[in-house]
Amino acid sequence: MKKMFLILSLAVGLYACSGNAAKQETPTNGSTPATAESGNPSYDPERGAGKFKDVAVSPTLDTKMADAGLKVYEVKCASCHKLTDEKLVGPGWKDVTKRHKADWILNFVTNTDEMLEKDSKAQAMLELCLVRMPNQNLSDEEARNAYEYMRKNDGVK
Amino acid sequence: MKPFNQTFLLLTVAAASWLQACKPNNAATAVSGDAAAKTYVAPGKYDEFYNFVSGGFSGQLSVYGLPSGRLLRVIPVFSVDPEKGYGYSENSKGMLNTTHGFVPWDDLHHTELSQTNGEVDGRWVFANANNTPRVARVDLKTFRTAEIIELPNSAGNHSSPFITENTEYVVAGTRFSVPIGDNQDVAISSYKQNFKGSLSFISVDKTSGAMDIAFQLQTPGVNFDLSHAGKGPSHGWFFFSCYNSEQANTLLEVNASQRDKDFILAVNWKKAEEYLKAGKGIKKASKYSRSRYDEKTHQATSEILNEVTVLDPVVLKDICYLIPCPKSPHGCDVDPSGEYIVGSGKLAALIPVFSYAKMQKAIADKAFDGEFEGIPVIKYEAALYGEVQKPGLGPLHTEFDGKGNAYTSFFVSSEIVKWNIKDLKVLDRVPTYYSIGHLCVPGGDSKKPNAKYVIAYNKITKDRYLPTGPELAQSAQLFDISGDKMQLILDFPTIGEPHYAQAIAADLVSKNSVKLFKIDDNANQYVTKGEKEAKVVREGNKVHVYATSIRSHFAPDNIEGVKVGDEVYFHVTNLEQDWDIPHGFAVKGANNAELLIMPGETQTLKWVPEKAGVYPFYCTDFCSALHQEMSGYIRVSSPGNNVPISFSLGKTNDAEPAK
Repeated sequence: MKKMFLILSLAVGLYACSGNAAKQETPTNGSTPATAESGNPSYDPERGAGKFKDVAVSPTLDTKMADAGLKVYEVKCASCHKLTDEKLVGPGWKDVTKRHKADWILNFVTNTDEMLEKDSKAQAMLELCLVRMPNQNLSDEEARNAYEYMRKNDGVK
Repeated sequence: MKPFNQTFLLLTVAAASWLQACKPNNAATAVSGDAAAKTYVAPGKYDEFYNFVSGGFSGQLSVYGLPSGRLLRVIPVFSVDPEKGYGYSENSKGMLNTTHGFVPWDDLHHTELSQTNGEVDGRWVFANANNTPRVARVDLKTFRTAEIIELPNSAGNHSSPFITENTEYVVAGTRFSVPIGDNQDVAISSYKQNFKGSLSFISVDKTSGAMDIAFQLQTPGVNFDLSHAGKGPSHGWFFFSCYNSEQANTLLEVNASQRDKDFILAVNWKKAEEYLKAGKGIKKASKYSRSRYDEKTHQATSEILNEVTVLDPVVLKDICYLIPCPKSPHGCDVDPSGEYIVGSGKLAALIPVFSYAKMQKAIADKAFDGEFEGIPVIKYEAALYGEVQKPGLGPLHTEFDGKGNAYTSFFVSSEIVKWNIKDLKVLDRVPTYYSIGHLCVPGGDSKKPNAKYVIAYNKITKDRYLPTGPELAQSAQLFDISGDKMQLILDFPTIGEPHYAQAIAADLVSKNSVKLFKIDDNANQYVTKGEKEAKVVREGNKVHVYATSIRSHFAPDNIEGVKVGDEVYFHVTNLEQDWDIPHGFAVKGANNAELLIMPGETQTLKWVPEKAGVYPFYCTDFCSALHQEMSGYIRVSSPGNNVPISFSLGKTNDAEPAK
């Protein structure tokens, strides 16, 4: 078993080395590729890769943050994401805060490129959408506000 | 080799010792085994230097990486550039505005990096337009032309854009003297009576870089050629070479080559500043343009200014002095210590080196040899430090290594010669392929050269590359000068015809490079911050389309209600906020090129459709897997067809079929 693990790690390591190829727009063909996280026990797929960890989220909505988040949405997100469950360029935002944890969303919107290389959920979405989510250079504050607006969109009061 | 035959015949005897240098060896004998390793920059690795190379008659400025010789960028400066929309977009057109109207193509000769305390600082690079006299400032944060100022009372701005050691001034000296003043309609043969030269001192704001003509010196009618500022002890002085002290107005090839010596004009600009402060300048009505590009509004503004202050050095005696210099001097270069001024007579077979300290003493002792047109002429020997004997034929330009050595280019004998400044002895010579003009050592005209390489910019290419018909890319050549002997390690082709070039350690520039424009800071009049704001507005016969672009669609992408006779303005804002994700914009039939829009930027294309119909528009810069889908339609109707303005994105309702 130990040996198997070694071989697996090696294979994963090799895959990670060729990871630059993932920067291209061409979709990976065939079945879902093996991802780095599966061989890396330290990777938390619920949190994703990035600086956000254990983000505090109040059960009630911070309307001020949500309003600021709406402005971020309109300039940097609305071109590709509808507020319904309809896919435009990217998936619709409805229920996004129920599908992913706050950490994961905040890491994905601020650390898009690394997440697309590492995270199987992000990669699965890329296979559906075929357009890499642009890194829109959101500040931490902008990202957090946008997340609050997502919560508002998902019915948090 | 044909061009050299005549020279050979004339000079065979005298130049026997140079013959070896005149006859370039073949590449196999000139390049040694480790050249490839010295110039190899592995894939994904960066070059060590940026090389800012004039594009000559292309009017542009090219940027190469050294030591690889890879072309990194062509920066449009004095000519339109369809690749970047420069000179075509409504935003950038104003940059090429002059008192002669829109000038789409000029001739860029020299580049000069800004300096602080005599060292290159990587903030700006200046360039001169030789034909319609102007000076440009390129911002090295964006690698874009930030400002262009025109020079009145000037023709042929060749002696430019050299700078003082803290970039206090950029200078511009006239190659062609011309009639100046109210009546310019005079006989050409009245050169001696009516023609004047002028030297412009352009001030540069320390923080913003904004340029202003601080003052002009009106000079006798001669041809100013090149110049360099003093530094260290000679800071406060500027040195200009000039030829045609014969004041010929025809067949200059012969008539301006009569005298044994022409001049280097030494200008005490600190003294000129004092006179200016004391109100000794005369304000003269002269029209000139100034254009600036604002990276917040993403818009050029162009203005016409009406007045310059002129100082007359014949009246204000102690500003200008002439130093005789043999045989139509071209290069005028000051060594890193600021003590030695090297003149290069195009037709000379020696290089005179002048001493700043001796020149000062000569002025104090009034060791003059009379006057030329009212300007005192210092005795040649009184200012001379010494001559480099038999260095080669036709010296043009000199750069320095900061280790006491000078490198001079020789056009006629086609070589670079390394010599020691103190003892004036030749140390080494290498052939160039062929007929070198300018040369460049990184920081080679500053107080602190970074002397790893010297680059030759050759005038003749001939057999160096695969033939490409009658016209060939001009060849540059890189030499390693880290050892005692110069070693040829690379040929690389260049755009246009490179004249002067400068190079700088890459990290001084790369660390400041802008990656994108923040959409929040976009202050363009027609910005669209988000698709919600996208719209189409009619104002009389003008239709303004406020559009956005993001991978992979425009908003709006269906537009109707435009009529034949309308002027349509596409104001496209790129909503991307990621590095290296520009979008393009092209619409069928546009007769002024396309747009290229950087992330966070707004650019405007004017389009005047002439026929009714439906016209596609699309993104021209491959942006994503669905780039081919990034397109839209605009409908143009006959004036009589009453179609209201409408616009949409993602609306799929069926319309009525055409009747």
